[in-house]
Amino acid sequence: MANAERTSSERFWRFALYGALLFAAAYYLLPLYVMVTTSVKGIEEIRAGNLIAMPTAITFDAWSKAWSSACTGVSCNGLSGYFWNSVRMVIPAVAISTMLGAINGYILSKWRFPGSNLVFAMILFGVFMPFQVLLLPMAQTLGWLGLANTTTGLVFVHVVCGTASTTLFFRNYYVGIPDELIKAARLDGAGFWRIFWRIILPMSTPIIMVTLIWQFTQIWNDFLFGVVFASGDAQPITVGLNNLANTSTSVKEYNVDMAAALIAALPTILVYVFAGKYFVRGLTAGAVKG
Amino acid sequence: MRNLKLGLMAASMGLAFSVHAAEVEVLHYWTSGGEAKAAAELKKMMEAKGNKWKDFAVAGGGGENAMTALKTRVVSGNPPAAAQIKGPSIQEWGDEGVLTSIDGVAKKEGWDKVLPPVVSNVMKYKGQYVAAPVNVHRVNWLWINPELLKKANAKVPNTWDEFFVTAAALQKAGIQPLAYGGQPWQDSTVFESVALGVGGVDFYKKAFVQLDPATMSGPTMIKVLETYKKLKPFTDKNASGREWNLATSMVINGKAAMQFMGDWAKGEFLAAGKVPGKDFLCVAAPGTANAYTFNIDSFAFFKLKDKDAVKGQMDLASTLMSPEFQEVFNLNKGSIPARTDLSMAKFDECGKKSAEDFKATSAKGSLVPSWAHGMAMHSSTQGAVYDVVTQFWNDDKMSAKDAASKLAAAAKTK
Amino acid sequence: MSTPTAHYGFAERWLPRLVLAPSFLLSLIFLYGFIAWNGYLSFTTSRLLPSYEWAGLVQYATLFDNERWWVAVRNLGIFAVLFIGGSMAIGITLAILLDQKVRFEGAIRTLYLYPMALSFVVTGTAWKWMLNPGLGLEKLMHDWGFTNFTFDWLVNSDMSIYTVVIAGLWQSSGFVMALFLAGLRGVDDSIIKAAQIDGASLPRIYWKIILPALRPVVFSTLMILSHIAIKSFDLVMALTGGGPGFSSDLPATFMYSMAFTRGQTGLGAASAMMMLATVAAIVVPYLYSELRKDNNG
Repeated sequence: MANAERTSSERFWRFALYGALLFAAAYYLLPLYVMVTTSVKGIEEIRAGNLIAMPTAITFDAWSKAWSSACTGVSCNGLSGYFWNSVRMVIPAVAISTMLGAINGYILSKWRFPGSNLVFAMILFGVFMPFQVLLLPMAQTLGWLGLANTTTGLVFVHVVCGTASTTLFFRNYYVGIPDELIKAARLDGAGFWRIFWRIILPMSTPIIMVTLIWQFTQIWNDFLFGVVFASGDAQPITVGLNNLANTSTSVKEYNVDMAAALIAALPTILVYVFAGKYFVRGLTAGAVKG
Repeated sequence: MRNLKLGLMAASMGLAFSVHAAEVEVLHYWTSGGEAKAAAELKKMMEAKGNKWKDFAVAGGGGENAMTALKTRVVSGNPPAAAQIKGPSIQEWGDEGVLTSIDGVAKKEGWDKVLPPVVSNVMKYKGQYVAAPVNVHRVNWLWINPELLKKANAKVPNTWDEFFVTAAALQKAGIQPLAYGGQPWQDSTVFESVALGVGGVDFYKKAFVQLDPATMSGPTMIKVLETYKKLKPFTDKNASGREWNLATSMVINGKAAMQFMGDWAKGEFLAAGKVPGKDFLCVAAPGTANAYTFNIDSFAFFKLKDKDAVKGQMDLASTLMSPEFQEVFNLNKGSIPARTDLSMAKFDECGKKSAEDFKATSAKGSLVPSWAHGMAMHSSTQGAVYDVVTQFWNDDKMSAKDAASKLAAAAKTK
Repeated sequence: MSTPTAHYGFAERWLPRLVLAPSFLLSLIFLYGFIAWNGYLSFTTSRLLPSYEWAGLVQYATLFDNERWWVAVRNLGIFAVLFIGGSMAIGITLAILLDQKVRFEGAIRTLYLYPMALSFVVTGTAWKWMLNPGLGLEKLMHDWGFTNFTFDWLVNSDMSIYTVVIAGLWQSSGFVMALFLAGLRGVDDSIIKAAQIDGASLPRIYWKIILPALRPVVFSTLMILSHIAIKSFDLVMALTGGGPGFSSDLPATFMYSMAFTRGQTGLGAASAMMMLATVAAIVVPYLYSELRKDNNG
């Protein structure tokens, strides 16, 4: 659109363009809008009114109930406990899987050895595993390791299943870094680790952002492993949400369900809102090069 | 695999594994209104005996997620102290060799004297108690909102012919006749009551307990299927995927007139402050007044490594069977005590009726296990039959004859 | 392959392999060991818990006889084609539109991207509402006076799988948009300038020059989407529970309910193996071409 002179047809196209973008935005926003408005409506209003209507009186009762007093089974402490379980799990799991991915990617792109491609292919296939296959053998293994239904065990599972994706990200990014840089550093006498710390890591910010965001989203949102490998007081928030949403007394409190769903989704949404630009920037910087 | 195991064992030597002493972990799926209250009572009683209750509630789908969690826990060699398991599944778990005997408690407290054999047989594995029953649910109930029936000038149905007359009258008056939840287990719950009413007790036993292929695909079954399908026009189209308690609340709030459901539905009526006999009626499903499909909730006990936890298990077994618990629990849950020696004075008329019918049908031989609730078949067979019933309900192109032959095939599932 | 030059020390040569070993062993033992274990189980009589009694191909025969399995497979076909194709189409279109130097690009981009941040459980719950005839869109239309409007796909056996597609598109197409936007930004501007000077129209430039340059992005996106499609489990669970009946079952939910709900571990294992075979059929050629490229490059 380098032309400075705007003709009427061009103006029409601009108009159509913004129209299309707005239409798409509405499609993406609608469910969120429904969730947010429902969560601040009173239960009477939900039953009487319809989904799209603006709330007549805004109340945050549903939010406080979902956070601290909704019942899931015999305990009525809301989601707060589950929330912190998820935090405790997600931080080490993301950190470890990202670190492993960085080192693996570095080796598989800059320190190739005979057979390293095969190793990469084998790790990569792990990205595509249907995880249901892992459940029973993993349970048995965690039992042997003495990690069954602990947060540590859950972190371990996420690291095992997440390292494949992080390795893929980092390798594809590092392939784009010129080998000459490494060669030059080697001539200066830098070794394996020093090159990694001094040269490669400082250049990795974009891809680290992408990986952190990706892994955080994946692990925070996981339900399957959470329900299977964690028990009562170590269950992550997705399991808490499921317990709460499937716990319905005669009156189904849709507003509490929605508030709970939003609480469960809040951290990841915030990450996307505040770090989304790094995500796209990181992708641009070469994470998606085939 | 063996070598790997040794290697991993060696690797994990450093990781000591500890459980807090006398902590009793209980896996259950009682997460809705009346049930959650009942579970909270149990927790209170256990804590009064000095045990630490560790709640392991997994919601959803009649315990599906709970079973997944249980399986992985058992496979990892770290089962909960007790888990909500019932019917033939107790035998299946027994076959896996992971259950522990609670016969000591049972003998000391004389369980055999207070439990009818039809109940205690289910709780025993190879002659030893491995599970404790907490209640008896009757499944073949029809719940009615009498006010709506009055509005439509319709009467309470005793036979299937009467049922359809009543339903038509309600529909004419602009009232939705039947509250329905379209989930596989609910489809089968309704289907089971239809089968018992249309086919009778002997047919029911032949088809669903003995899994006789000729009966499964025979003319009576076709009639049962046709009758079942005739209910569909009396339900609303949003029924698909609706939870049972939401269907019950339709009856409570006067949005629909009737619901076929086991007596856990009563817990929801009571939680909403409704009075039986006045605000709602409980009658046997059409044609099943002299029969009783039972569904018993029970807790099976698992072998544990930890000695302190074993003491907690025995406390739990004895608490579950104690008259105090059985009474308070069942008042909350809508069922009747599994013990037959308790006074029913505190129970409402639905509970009293259920207890009377339980004794009477037990003597007559018309007390039958509810297959839809895991009391008669292995879970795999039951699942396959669920699939056929659900498919038949949802697929308006499938004929009853085809469905019957599919049922016969499903009954062969091992 | 860069050949090791003379001044590589012994440690230098072995250190990378040593560092890589833990990850490699992890995937070897956990991923491949478990696949093998699962494969073995699919030839046994395993029921409630794994057992090691050999049964040959019985579980596979049962699986191929099972009507529900074929419904699940057919659904996966429908879902995969529509989900992958739809996400690609929407994603590319939005990326091209956003690439026209629009105002508030950052905000709009975030809007398109945020569904990716939600778990399928949340997505499923929200869409379950929107699509429920008694609560959502249909009721809204009725309230607005369009009483003839019906949208009952969620409760209609023939259409339920398409609701899974709608929710899936909503969740993933924004992510595809981000990938392509990144790809578009990576295209060399000077080529486009040159084409414009030659008088090529904008659509033509996109079609002839830019899209071909994005081939690698198309490829990785296809990979990511197909793996999401094959693994879709939570979404179906939360949105339809596989219903009505089992009309919206997918292989992942089929496997889960057989192995975990119904105590047919052997059958579940067999269906998981079939899923793995499908994945392998898609991924192995891709990996092969990836690595070939590296060897030549």
